[in-house]
Amino acid sequence: MSYLDEIPITPIADKPSTANRTGTWRTFRPIIEYEKCTRCMICWKFCPDVAITLENGGEYEATNDKIKQMVDKAPVIDYVHCKGCGICANECPVNAIQMVKEG
Amino acid sequence: MVKLTIPEEEYMLPGHVACQGCGATIAMRYLLKALGGKTIVSIPACCWAVIPGVYPSRTLEVPLLYTAFETTGASISGIRAALDMMGDTETTVVGFAGDGGTADIGLQSLSGAVERGENVIYVMYDNEAYMNTGIQRSSSTPAGAWTTTTPGGSKKEWKKRPKKSVIEIMIAHDIQYAATLTVSYPEDFIKKVKRAMEIKGPKFLQVLSPCPTGWKSDPAKAVELARLAVQSRVFPLYEFDHGKYKISMKPKQVPVREYLKPQGRFRHLTDEEIETIQMHTDEQWEILLAKEKFTNELYK
Repeated sequence: MSYLDEIPITPIADKPSTANRTGTWRTFRPIIEYEKCTRCMICWKFCPDVAITLENGGEYEATNDKIKQMVDKAPVIDYVHCKGCGICANECPVNAIQMVKEG
Repeated sequence: MVKLTIPEEEYMLPGHVACQGCGATIAMRYLLKALGGKTIVSIPACCWAVIPGVYPSRTLEVPLLYTAFETTGASISGIRAALDMMGDTETTVVGFAGDGGTADIGLQSLSGAVERGENVIYVMYDNEAYMNTGIQRSSSTPAGAWTTTTPGGSKKEWKKRPKKSVIEIMIAHDIQYAATLTVSYPEDFIKKVKRAMEIKGPKFLQVLSPCPTGWKSDPAKAVELARLAVQSRVFPLYEFDHGKYKISMKPKQVPVREYLKPQGRFRHLTDEEIETIQMHTDEQWEILLAKEKFTNELYK
């Protein structure tokens, strides 16, 4: 990279933090019950760890036809990074997320 | 196809080392969702200085510069000046500092930047104490709160003076745009950041970001607590846009007790003390309503 030659010697952090396995901090594991889930994505919206991603269909496809027609994505928890804070379970309007003790 | 109320793009990576249920990370996530990739963030000593992780770890997809505790206002002014010299007018420059770095240590450089009319956005994420260094009292800590430097005990040595209103100090600078935001209303959050982007000149945003570690509350309740702060009118959401006050939401009032009860830092308060906080909150709300009415009549 040429611009790096032009600036004074400076520490530059370039390793993505995704390498940190913060999921090991977890005491309680959030589990989404996909039959109850309405795909409102409120859990995705409030996740402080960006550990809920929106994935397409497959095993997460809605069984309810009404929801299936409206949304084709589902929130999926990334257990490598989820710290188990429980905000998703607390904010879920239909109580579709349960916090289960690890181990 | 999915209908989302906030932008889908992420500019923050998972794997950062913030505490469980950290409000400051939600604030950064929404801020960057609203600002987009053409942004430079400058951060002084605060929680966010450690959140990206141990060197060489990074957690943001945009350039992030660390600066000294008291210089956020000066550093964003400098970055803006350098970009202007290079003819870059697209990039947004943001200062992202905690309440200690804004209300106490960085107040002079922020005041200078706003007075000079620098074209920058300054975000104060307000977790109401020096959380990064071990929960010491800041001037933004509310009255009645326990911190490690206001420990309470039999002599009742918790914080007695009310929270300093930095947004009102900014309004006294005749700033173009200032607003209060919180993490439990993402749509409102993003709307206000987008409005700030439209304006040329200094912009100040104060974000109430719950800190489960320092507030001694359940991490799962972080977003709920921020919502209760708005509903109990302890932290009203409003905008100051070119002279006019506008209260963003006037929700049905919840007693302050509901907001204080889940937080361990207010556990020692007696009924009379909670009543005093309720009275102070009601007074402040009345003042805010009067300001909204007055300024809207003045600048029709």
